[in-house]
Amino acid sequence: MGSTKVIHAIYNDDDILMNAVKAVRKEHYHIEEVYTPFPVHGLDKAMGLEDTRLAICSFMYGCVGLAVAITMMNYIMIEDWPQNIGGKPSFSYLENMPAFVPIMFEMTVFFAAHLMVITFYMRSKLWPFKKAENPDVRTTDDHFLMAIDAGHHDVDQVSQFLSDTGAIEISLHDKEDDH
Amino acid sequence: MDMYKLPSKLRLFALIFMVVGAGAMIYGFMDAPSTIEEVKELEAKSHDAHGGGHGDDHAVADAHGDDHADDAHGGDEHYEHVLHQMQNRPWSALYIASFFFFMIALGTLAFYAIQHASQAGWSPVLFRVMEGITAYLPWASAIILILLALSVAHVNHIFHWMDPDLVKPDSGKYDKLIAGKSGWLNTTGFMIRAVIYLLGYNAYRYISAKWSLKQDDATDNRWFKKNFKLAAGFLVFFIYTESMMSWDWIMSFDPHWFSTLFGWYVFAGMMVSAITVIAMITIYLKSQGYLEFVNDSHIHDLAKFMFAFSIFWTYLWFSQFMLIWYANIPEEVTYFVTRIEDYKLPFFGMLAMNFIFPLLILMNSDYKRVNWFVIMAGIVILAGHYIDVFNMVMPGTVGTSWFIGWPEIGSVLFFLGLFVFIVFTALSKKPLLAKGSPFMKESKHFHY
Repeated sequence: MGSTKVIHAIYNDDDILMNAVKAVRKEHYHIEEVYTPFPVHGLDKAMGLEDTRLAICSFMYGCVGLAVAITMMNYIMIEDWPQNIGGKPSFSYLENMPAFVPIMFEMTVFFAAHLMVITFYMRSKLWPFKKAENPDVRTTDDHFLMAIDAGHHDVDQVSQFLSDTGAIEISLHDKEDDH
Repeated sequence: MDMYKLPSKLRLFALIFMVVGAGAMIYGFMDAPSTIEEVKELEAKSHDAHGGGHGDDHAVADAHGDDHADDAHGGDEHYEHVLHQMQNRPWSALYIASFFFFMIALGTLAFYAIQHASQAGWSPVLFRVMEGITAYLPWASAIILILLALSVAHVNHIFHWMDPDLVKPDSGKYDKLIAGKSGWLNTTGFMIRAVIYLLGYNAYRYISAKWSLKQDDATDNRWFKKNFKLAAGFLVFFIYTESMMSWDWIMSFDPHWFSTLFGWYVFAGMMVSAITVIAMITIYLKSQGYLEFVNDSHIHDLAKFMFAFSIFWTYLWFSQFMLIWYANIPEEVTYFVTRIEDYKLPFFGMLAMNFIFPLLILMNSDYKRVNWFVIMAGIVILAGHYIDVFNMVMPGTVGTSWFIGWPEIGSVLFFLGLFVFIVFTALSKKPLLAKGSPFMKESKHFHY
């Protein structure tokens, strides 16, 4: 944390980037973030990021959706306004259950999907009108940017090392406040 | 390239299973009653057993008692009915087990063809395992064909509609519905179709496996391309004939009933069982030090297929069930009424085994890479789909006189032994790596 400087290294190929990420980590430099125009397969593992826990959230949201569907259909179709549909006025949730399965399924998927997207936005600190954190617009086109914490390292030595890994552009920046 | 050597222990294991299974099957045939008097004795015994804590026997006996009381024509008709059911039972058990293992080989063949037709990059390392499993297909086909021919020859009566009196308008047993279907459902057409299906499947298996072996030493991709075209053609043939095959060989056990998605339903069960067996055999071979080029990601992908096809199977099961349940048309709904009333445990049990269990066990991504987890899930899935076939065949052939006893267990053991023996012998005949496949490098480096 001590330093206020960050080195931006720009690459123009995802394979070179992958190898560079592995090499940088081997030298124990701290990678703050990597910006890519598309998801690079295996980059998260190469950067040593923790596995996402989004799947666990998704499972729990799905369970909530299932519970909501069961409660809702039980209230609507059994308790509040029982109806005789297809000659099955059994007034029992269990006996009418097959008819509710599509709703139970849809609500599970609906809750899991929507809440998962919202969770993802919150975890990534994304909301409407947010100022883009992207340090270089070319990363939305065809360039890849690796941000390395300058720390107490010799900047020239790090730069030399980065250019050896195939970086086409290396620059030193002040850290922005909102980081 | 190291070749697989069939361990003598495995061969012994397979042979013991076959001998024990055959013994139990023969006992099942001998044990079936041959006269009405024997049935009467058996039922009297099960009435005596009331206090003995045999819950199932109790229920069956009671149900029979009720039938008996309703029967105004006197008792013998009921006993004759039960006699036929009990005589059908060993045949049905034999048929179910033989069809189940046939299904595994055929499903593997379809999966194999899909890999060729889609030019999948992840799976070529598993080609030889799949080819090994499909080596069981000719044997399974011959056995199925013999069983069907025996039914056509009236050696057994598991196919009720084969009774010629049912379609004779002047006979007392005339059945208008079956007579109306006799354009399709007649024994001549039935046998001709069976031969066409089986010839088609086996021809593809034979040619494709031969070309796959030729590709091993080829300098170009000629055999690979040929196999691609052949696979595409086979899949078209397969998806039509598989559907018709399931009408003929399974759905016709309940000749009054019909379901338009039945072929798909059988297909889903077939695929999930086949992929499970591919995964299990791959893991077994890996544990024996073979298939060093197969990594966790391949197992992960197979387990994803097991999970996905289990869900797909459930989707089709439910689609079939819900429409029939909701519409409640008598001639359709009897199918599920008999299953829920007389087969409650296997019916709901297999739903738990084939849906809830794989759903919860195989949902987590990490578990799909744990080999013993995949094996445990696989055992339950296979048992579940055996019971699924059981539920499709038994109600139409033995009705309430079902039980999982000597004939059922014996035939499963026999066919399991035969399957293991033939598949592992076939695996030892070819190199375990189909090294000629142009996607081999991609497949070896496959990682998820």
